[in-house]
Amino acid sequence: MSHLSPAAETPALPVSSRAWLTPDAVIATLLLIAAALSLPVLNAAGDHFWPDIINRAMVLAIAATSLNILVGLGGLISFGHAAFLGIGAYAVGIAAADGIDNGFIHLALAIGVSALFALLTGLVALRTRGAHFIMITMAFAQMIYFVMVGLKDYGGDDGLTLDDRSVFPAPFDIENSTTLFYLTLFLLALSVLLFLRLRASRFGLILMAAKGNERRVRSAGFDPFRYRLVAYILAGVLCSLAGFLNANLTNFVTPNIMSWSQSGDLLFMVILGGTATASGPLIGAMLFLLIQELLGSITVYWTFFFGLCLLAVALFGTGGLMGAVLRRRAG
Amino acid sequence: MDAALFANQLLNGVQFGLILFLITAGLSLTFGIMDFINLAHGAFYAVGAYIGATVALRTGSFFLAILVAVPAALVIGVLLEALVIRRLYRRDHLDHVLATFGLILCADAATRYFFGTDGLTVPLPHWLEQQIRLGSVTLPSYRALVVVGALLVAAGLWLVITRTRAGILVRAAASNEPMARSLGVETRLVFSAVFGIGAALAAFAGILVAPITGASAGMGDQIVILGFVVIIIGGIGSIRGAFIGALGVGLIDTLGRAYLPNLLNQVLPSAFASAAGPAIASILIYLTMTIVLLVRPAGLFPPSMRS
Repeated sequence: MSHLSPAAETPALPVSSRAWLTPDAVIATLLLIAAALSLPVLNAAGDHFWPDIINRAMVLAIAATSLNILVGLGGLISFGHAAFLGIGAYAVGIAAADGIDNGFIHLALAIGVSALFALLTGLVALRTRGAHFIMITMAFAQMIYFVMVGLKDYGGDDGLTLDDRSVFPAPFDIENSTTLFYLTLFLLALSVLLFLRLRASRFGLILMAAKGNERRVRSAGFDPFRYRLVAYILAGVLCSLAGFLNANLTNFVTPNIMSWSQSGDLLFMVILGGTATASGPLIGAMLFLLIQELLGSITVYWTFFFGLCLLAVALFGTGGLMGAVLRRRAG
Repeated sequence: MDAALFANQLLNGVQFGLILFLITAGLSLTFGIMDFINLAHGAFYAVGAYIGATVALRTGSFFLAILVAVPAALVIGVLLEALVIRRLYRRDHLDHVLATFGLILCADAATRYFFGTDGLTVPLPHWLEQQIRLGSVTLPSYRALVVVGALLVAAGLWLVITRTRAGILVRAAASNEPMARSLGVETRLVFSAVFGIGAALAAFAGILVAPITGASAGMGDQIVILGFVVIIIGGIGSIRGAFIGALGVGLIDTLGRAYLPNLLNQVLPSAFASAAGPAIASILIYLTMTIVLLVRPAGLFPPSMRS
């Protein structure tokens, strides 16, 4: 973004231990509390539609928050972030297909493989700038997408259906949908906290400074590459957790989860909500699902109108919804 | 190795590469001149295939189909540039990606609405369904015609860009847009023309391919990704780079799919090779792009004088 959103300017103040406690953080916290309270209320009302939607929105919000670390803080427009969703999902799917149903192993696989993938692709991709970075991240995502399409042993194009969710010991048994809901919420809260702390940290400061003027950061004695690489790995691992949750939520894994349109959807959530804000991706993910459900119930050609939404956000949206709200508050 | 089979795969590779070039030429110019990332460029390829297929099915004439589809895409391209794209030039790449991703969704939905989900097939004139015999090798005449047609268009494009006044304006705008404008070049008009011609070239590629692959929804989405791979390899904004990059990608992809699984079979355990071969073949071009970017970050043939 050529203009800095107010949220992005906040950490330019001297970094103190309270610098992350901003209106943006308060709104994000309120949204998380609202999600936590929604489940008992909806269950009491006997509703089964909305808990699923909210759970899916929270999974997407984790992925969007992780992408926001790259786009919002680092100015690194990854068009292949869905690859990490896929890695997390296939960590569950492939392990389950080979008879391993232990959830901790699934998690370890998701984290390990995504970190390795992020390290290897980041080493290459982060040497490029601008449009090249967009295209090379997309190319890496396409690679892993086509590898999964090609692996017929693990479903190929058709994907894998999971008979059971990842197995965790008793109090954390996510076969129970309520437990899965709160596990998702917990991981989302962790992601938001991580994002807020990052944004207020010296690490985040260097990321944002390098986004604004890389040469100055270099001449100040910092190598932006290292910081970006760490951010890239962190974002990838976080997104793989969303993939892990998504596989368990839908009991289904296909290469589609890492298609380039999925990467585009994640970008849409971040931009619609507001880049560099903590609350933006939460709102963006929820709105994305609402638009999808609403339009999908009206017409099978809903993607046409969704496409118009994207166009409108790109043409008229500056700083996203939360960007606009927070700017007004800041006066 | 079977020489006849190899000759056919070679022809397929060249034909695929030239089709890619027709798509990439417009993509590379809009990218190089306007610094605009158009993910929706593949839509013109689909427009060409669908309009061409419809005309060919109604009238039975394949050449009438080309005559209708290409100007139609030109008009659609110019209109789209004037209505939407023009507002995005000054925005950052993130907005380009989002807006044109939105346009893709619109185009795909519109295609399914107007033409159904099954896709269309295009009949060929009888004389194009023959084989050409060259010594011991027989080649399908239609693919040979595609190669000749695409080569002629590529040569025409090259002549216009390097030998005409219009080409000078395009190159001037590509190397330094503000300077060209301040010297009195109507760069707005150049943008509009380049966008429209790029759309027409993509549509021409679409109608050329339609008799081989048919017209199907989403056909433009996969090809535009390859188009971007080509311009990253060739160098953004360079027509020569686009041409060589497109031929290279076409050949690597086609020959890789044809021969890599067998090659792997000879050096690796067959159970692993048969599973991994097709997967590796399908990512070969992305691997190529990665290696090129590592060695030459600006692509193989970056245009000179880029500021």
